[in-house]
Amino acid sequence: MAVRLRNATTGESLPVPPTIGTGRKQRTRFDETWRQFRKNKWAMSGMVLLIFLAFVAIGADFVAPEGLDDQQLGRRFLAPSAEAILGTDHLGRDILSRIIHGSRLSLSIGFITTSIGLVIGGGLGAIAGYYGGSRDQFIMRIMDVILAIPGFIFAVALVTALGPNLTNLMIAVGVNSIPYFARIIRSSVMSVKENEYIEAARALGCSHTWIILRHVIPNAFAPILVQATLRIGDTIIIAAGLSFLGLGAQPPLPEWGAMLSGGRQYLRDAWWMATFPGVAIMFTVLAFNLVGDGLRDALDPRLKN
Amino acid sequence: MAESIQGPLVKLVDLHKEFRTKQGTLHAVDGVSLHINQGETLGLVGESGCGKSTTGRLLVRLLDATSGQVFFRGTDVQSLNRTELKKFARKAQIVFQDPYSSLDPRMSVAEIIGEALLVHKLYTKGKALRQKVESLMDYAGIASRLINSYPHELDGGRRQRVGIARALALEPEFLVLDEPVSALDVSIQAQILNLFEELQDELQLTYLFIAHDLSVVKHISDRIAVMYMGQIVELGDADEVIHNPLHPYTEALVSAIPRITRSTEHHRIILEGDVPSPVNPPSICRFYGRCPVRQDRCRRPVELLEVEPNHYVRCVLRETA
Repeated sequence: MAVRLRNATTGESLPVPPTIGTGRKQRTRFDETWRQFRKNKWAMSGMVLLIFLAFVAIGADFVAPEGLDDQQLGRRFLAPSAEAILGTDHLGRDILSRIIHGSRLSLSIGFITTSIGLVIGGGLGAIAGYYGGSRDQFIMRIMDVILAIPGFIFAVALVTALGPNLTNLMIAVGVNSIPYFARIIRSSVMSVKENEYIEAARALGCSHTWIILRHVIPNAFAPILVQATLRIGDTIIIAAGLSFLGLGAQPPLPEWGAMLSGGRQYLRDAWWMATFPGVAIMFTVLAFNLVGDGLRDALDPRLKN
Repeated sequence: MAESIQGPLVKLVDLHKEFRTKQGTLHAVDGVSLHINQGETLGLVGESGCGKSTTGRLLVRLLDATSGQVFFRGTDVQSLNRTELKKFARKAQIVFQDPYSSLDPRMSVAEIIGEALLVHKLYTKGKALRQKVESLMDYAGIASRLINSYPHELDGGRRQRVGIARALALEPEFLVLDEPVSALDVSIQAQILNLFEELQDELQLTYLFIAHDLSVVKHISDRIAVMYMGQIVELGDADEVIHNPLHPYTEALVSAIPRITRSTEHHRIILEGDVPSPVNPPSICRFYGRCPVRQDRCRRPVELLEVEPNHYVRCVLRETA
């Protein structure tokens, strides 16, 4: 195939340097981000912790020494020991096993609520940012109203109205996440749509839906990913808080917040009952925040070196 | 669409584009009328903010005009609905100034060039599409082995070639070239200008070539229009405009073209002051405040008049001549 790179004055063909774009050694954006991310020790330790948590949650039935509600009233309030590493509770259930089973609950709450916020909030934010004008005003003012109500109180009100169970808890916390995503995606979309490639796509006859899905969202993705990771940590805390108040997971479900609440009244005699679920919440949220911060740094081109 | 082969390909009639700003109404394009004949290159020159890019965008309906018409082969582009607009995309395309922001960084060269073919359902994903993309790359002078590269792996010249290949994908007959070489190194500029000339010969293209200095357009253009603050101030054959500029603003632009002479006759006209704000402009000659030869009688609106055959100028001093 004739390559027509010509010298402007002589008309001779110019050689193409053989190093670019041979297709094999492409440095994609993903490679670049991963390279930056790996350098960050805190982010990597958060990542390792998350992978560990994910394995524990998936394999809970095999990893946990006992079931989630194996009551043995003969061994109530056992302190941490060889028999029960993290002790037992007021019904003689192994706390380690319950924490392991509970990791499933907390992680799925985190992912599901964040997904609700991401999909609905993301969609609304993309529409508001892309079209602007009255649609933008309408959507963002509603988001402002939701944001004006303190998140926790909003969730308490919603769960109380709908009835206290896990599904309603996830809806409440998910709805609460919507404005955060709407805002961040709106601003990200607004900056992406200023690029000339959006105009080029319009000139080529692409529809608005096509442009949003193919050009705007992929390019607005980095801040969304960061926000989603950080938000998972937040939603786990809010969900645990609601369960602590009895508005979420109901007994005997080993939700960490509910376990914390159950251990509270025995705190003086059996400190392990409330402490270890609390530690589990802390490390899980910490891991998500470390990964989120690491991603933000890795994806921010201004920090590249 | 064959009914008006005789007439001009593109015709702008009293085109206005206003933007609302907090300070008032910005008249970006203020009564532009001109035509572009089939197969010719019209150079549109003016300094930044004079409305030349806005004019280009109105032509391909990236913007809606405030008033006036854009006719393409006799059809009013401004009145097209969504489906007609999509069909119109196959006739008129645009090449952008900045080859960095005009290519989606998340798409490979193959995806960028092939996108329009998929959107218009001319091809489906597969071998045929890939071959079509390769032939377009060949037209634009990009090695076909760069087909899987991403824009950030290419230099400015190659990126601009990708932008050109993308614009050619739908086989348009008219291209708006919006300062397509201003962002490129001077050595690359000549290559890209040559490419445009080759493509014009091979594909019988018609160009509106937008630039901010005359030196870029003087070789490639058949006719040149000079724009100042949203208005055409001079329009004529390229040679005429360059060698016999009639408007003082054009004279200043011509004097800014670098020359390799030691002639003492050549003196550069340096315009004083800045371009006045196009927000709520006074209804006198727009160039009055910066004009080196202004007179009191210039303080009134001026029309674009044909003072020599096919040579139009908007200047009070030429009206009586």
